[in-house]
Amino acid sequence: MNPYLPVLMFLVFGVTIGLILSAISYFVGPQGKKNSIKSEPYECGVPMAGVAQEKFSVKFYLTAILFILFDIETVFLYVWARTFGELGWFGVVEIFVFLVILLAGYIYVLRRGALEWN
Amino acid sequence: MLETVLGFFRENDFWLEFLITVIKIIVVFGICAQIPPFMVWFERRAPAFMQRRKGPNRVGLFGFRLFGLIQPLADTIKLIFKEEVVPTGAHKFFYHIAPVFSLFTSLMVAAAIPFGPPLVILGRTITLSVVNLDVGFLFIFALSSLGVYGITLAGYSSNNKYSLMGALRAAAQMISYEIPLGLSLIPIVIIFGTLDLNSIVVAQANVWDWGIFRAPISFFLFVIAMFAETNRAPFDLAESEAELVAGFHTEYNSFKFSLFYFGEYVSMFVLSCLASICFFGGWQTGFISQNDLTSLLFGIQPLAVLVGVLMTFLKASFFMWLFVWVRWTLPRFRYDQLMNLGWKFMMPIGLFNIVLTAVIAGAIAFK
Repeated sequence: MNPYLPVLMFLVFGVTIGLILSAISYFVGPQGKKNSIKSEPYECGVPMAGVAQEKFSVKFYLTAILFILFDIETVFLYVWARTFGELGWFGVVEIFVFLVILLAGYIYVLRRGALEWN
Repeated sequence: MLETVLGFFRENDFWLEFLITVIKIIVVFGICAQIPPFMVWFERRAPAFMQRRKGPNRVGLFGFRLFGLIQPLADTIKLIFKEEVVPTGAHKFFYHIAPVFSLFTSLMVAAAIPFGPPLVILGRTITLSVVNLDVGFLFIFALSSLGVYGITLAGYSSNNKYSLMGALRAAAQMISYEIPLGLSLIPIVIIFGTLDLNSIVVAQANVWDWGIFRAPISFFLFVIAMFAETNRAPFDLAESEAELVAGFHTEYNSFKFSLFYFGEYVSMFVLSCLASICFFGGWQTGFISQNDLTSLLFGIQPLAVLVGVLMTFLKASFFMWLFVWVRWTLPRFRYDQLMNLGWKFMMPIGLFNIVLTAVIAGAIAFK
């Protein structure tokens, strides 16, 4: 049996269970009358001001970009770590070179203040 | 009739495997479904004792109070029978799909955890994990990072400013700590030379081979990242109630609301299991090998497997207790402190830890 078939089976099972559980209240719960005040988004009791999907800080976007960069690096390191025994010192030296290059980028990001939150 | 069914499975190996997988899926879901109610109870009961209160102790069955253990069941029933209110202006599709996403991603991660040693029944070896991949680590990381989608979708689709802020904070925090989490486990892969979770456990038969003694820095990084990944105190910025009402699930009610908690508790449990597998020898007892244990238990292999499963749960429950303990001990971080800790402190230490481990492991292995 293909080892990825259980993944698919579990995925189907998980999504089905999730859909059933999230729909259950709709079917067994009371259906009260809808009115505009009841279904207004909660904003501490006062009428909602403006729209909710407004602008937000670019910092979050920057964090996401940096995450992609460093996460790919982590994945590369996993490949090396798995073959650590076979590659020997050659692999260690190579990965140090890789880390030094990466560290240069990290220090650049740090110096430019991309990781400052205030 | 029974003979026909048995004969069918004896001849068709694929369908037998299929049936075993279905049973395993149901058992894993059953285990995961027990975690949130128990933890909800425990998380009200434990701080109650810390603060010299009683906590929930009234709800019981047939006159037995059972320390209030039935309380979460009553809460669940109450939540199911609540009216569902969708806020105006919410993006309907994403609003409804977000809790499902949060639930199934955390369940999927649980699929890769080996809860016990392989079980041998009638000459057939059954692994005690639904998904049995040789890249278990990567599978877990891939799926646990999907969990951020559920939170982001929930926050963005609710048409609520607090939800949006909470979701953004949670997303940025989770992806930031994904890196230290990944980096912290690389030394484990170097030391054990495999990405297969079961092999890692097999390699930790002796207490002194446990991951915590061979990679202590990794352990501390992992535990800190674990708290941030699951949005738990002291890193629960996503739901800091003083600023953001309830964070990304402010607009959720009825059973959808509890699905987020389901997802959160299950991912806490899965990360606890992962911590015990990588650093505390998973299902190994630590001083007696699986074969010796089997012969000690009159040669009944399933009994030894049961001991292994209990060991996993014992070790995982220590981390579950740690989650609650820390939550009621430490104050919440500020957001800039949180990000600084992740990017400026844990990431360099994680890289340094890898270099250190590589040099030491190299000096031992390559001469």
